[in-house]
Amino acid sequence: MKNLSLKELNLGLSNKKFSSEELTKFFLNEIKTSNPKINAFITVDEEKSLQQARDADKRISQDNMNELTGIPIAQKDIFCAKGWKTTCGSKMLDNFYSPYDSKVIELFNQSGAVNLGKTNMDEFAMGSSNETSYYGQVRNPWNLDFVPGGSSGGSAAAVASGMAPAATATDTGGSIRQPASLCGLTGLKPTYGLVSRFGMIAFASSLDQAGPITKSAEDCALMLKVMAAHDERDSTSVDHNIPDYLKNLDNPIKGKTIGLPKEFFNDDLNQEVKVILEQVINSYQKMGVNFKEISLSNSHLSIPVYYVIAPAEASSNLSRYDGVKFGYRAKEFKDLEEMYLKTREQGFGEEVKRRILIGTYVLSAGYYDAYYLKAQKIRRLIADDFKNAFNVCDLILAPSCPSTAFKIGDKTEDPVSMYMQDMYTISTNLAGLPAISSPAGFINKMPVGFQLIGNYFDEATILNFTHQYQQITDWHQKNPEDVE
Amino acid sequence: MALTDKEIKKLSHLAKINIDSKDEEVVLSKLEGIIKLIDSMQKVNTDGIQPMSHALDITQPLRVDMVTEENQKNDFLKLGPESNENYFIVPRVVE
Repeated sequence: MKNLSLKELNLGLSNKKFSSEELTKFFLNEIKTSNPKINAFITVDEEKSLQQARDADKRISQDNMNELTGIPIAQKDIFCAKGWKTTCGSKMLDNFYSPYDSKVIELFNQSGAVNLGKTNMDEFAMGSSNETSYYGQVRNPWNLDFVPGGSSGGSAAAVASGMAPAATATDTGGSIRQPASLCGLTGLKPTYGLVSRFGMIAFASSLDQAGPITKSAEDCALMLKVMAAHDERDSTSVDHNIPDYLKNLDNPIKGKTIGLPKEFFNDDLNQEVKVILEQVINSYQKMGVNFKEISLSNSHLSIPVYYVIAPAEASSNLSRYDGVKFGYRAKEFKDLEEMYLKTREQGFGEEVKRRILIGTYVLSAGYYDAYYLKAQKIRRLIADDFKNAFNVCDLILAPSCPSTAFKIGDKTEDPVSMYMQDMYTISTNLAGLPAISSPAGFINKMPVGFQLIGNYFDEATILNFTHQYQQITDWHQKNPEDVE
Repeated sequence: MALTDKEIKKLSHLAKINIDSKDEEVVLSKLEGIIKLIDSMQKVNTDGIQPMSHALDITQPLRVDMVTEENQKNDFLKLGPESNENYFIVPRVVE
């Protein structure tokens, strides 16, 4: 059952080769064996998962199944799931059992998927290495001394190590694509507004978007089919026609054009990553795809703009954690003011506090225009660059990350060097565009991905191109146990 | 732009996050690194550019003013660190 695709698992279930209960027990057992060394899961609840599996088996026996019925899916611990501890990787929510389901969880439940457990993540999704989690470091299954990326590092490590066939994740500045790249997986950040944010714990509301981390583009298409849905309870959810992502996977790509941003393919690009990207270009050229140089001239401003906008929104969103209505409350305080101050000092980790302070700074009197408004203006310039680019190409090819995974502890002392991890991913969040990271090779036995960025709501084309690449390469089929 | 001790205290007050005085120096130096990073925006000319607050050009949807969810008061009160049957309890603020 390990390393089967979602389609193969679906077939196995519908042909009664195995039951959902057997399948779920298999993955729960994998978690028992591998999680102590990888730490990808914060919460596993065997009884809850097995109950869902038995319910799925009932559905399957009644021929009332769809693509994901009975398949165990790991859920990032940012999605509220009724009755499940939902921590967002923070001490602040260590005692929080959600009284309701997020829309994403609701959709998986409706499809009959099994919740396999809640995956580890950087605290409140703020981080690129999973080192900021209150629940400890997640380790990269390809080499345990390395980070899995972040913030969805638990989801990526769970899938890469075979503890889960697929996982949900979220991406505010690269938190799906960067861990997917560092763990040799396929990760899709959809267009802002395609997947509901209802019940998804907020970090930066104008940037946050949920998506899947899987082994292949085909699996991503299956997951997105379930996750993409209009939701009245999220005012930014867009009522958009959802295409059949699976059906579009085999569309011909010959004669289509991919744009190459000259700002990404300059001397700053890691030479080894560049070689791998050239091989990707070569593969697409063999399939008859044309390449055209484009310019994203403001892309170098993405990181400074992001580190104004995201912390500003976070400082507002995280003001709800005040020790009054839910979550952690400090034990000793002399009055209400001190209760707030100490609760937030003790409940939040260092990186989260740093971002709240930066957000407070850029929004405070006297700095608003110089930072927040300025960043919003440059955000427009960044989005306009993409608009112009899509006049001359169907997709844009980019690196996913500046390098392969780095060693645990290497970047913890210098936040700015950690922020640079997202230099190739952040601009699409600012613009709201969809993008995928797909495996493209290895450097020193560690996986490397490439990124395809699409136009608004054009996930079908992204998945189509990625699937076609994965038909002529086998990087996405490699597993950590293949590495000697 | 260098941050002063006074500004750090003001930020701590606004953000309602206590900063231990022994950590102040480290917090300050790391914040300054980030402020240096974001200051690189200042050299860009943005005259006449409309600020972009949101990725999509959409307006706030409206719905009929009707209660759509059941009352879950008790479930929510139970989540509070301290509550009675009707209220979340906080330290006394009015004498």
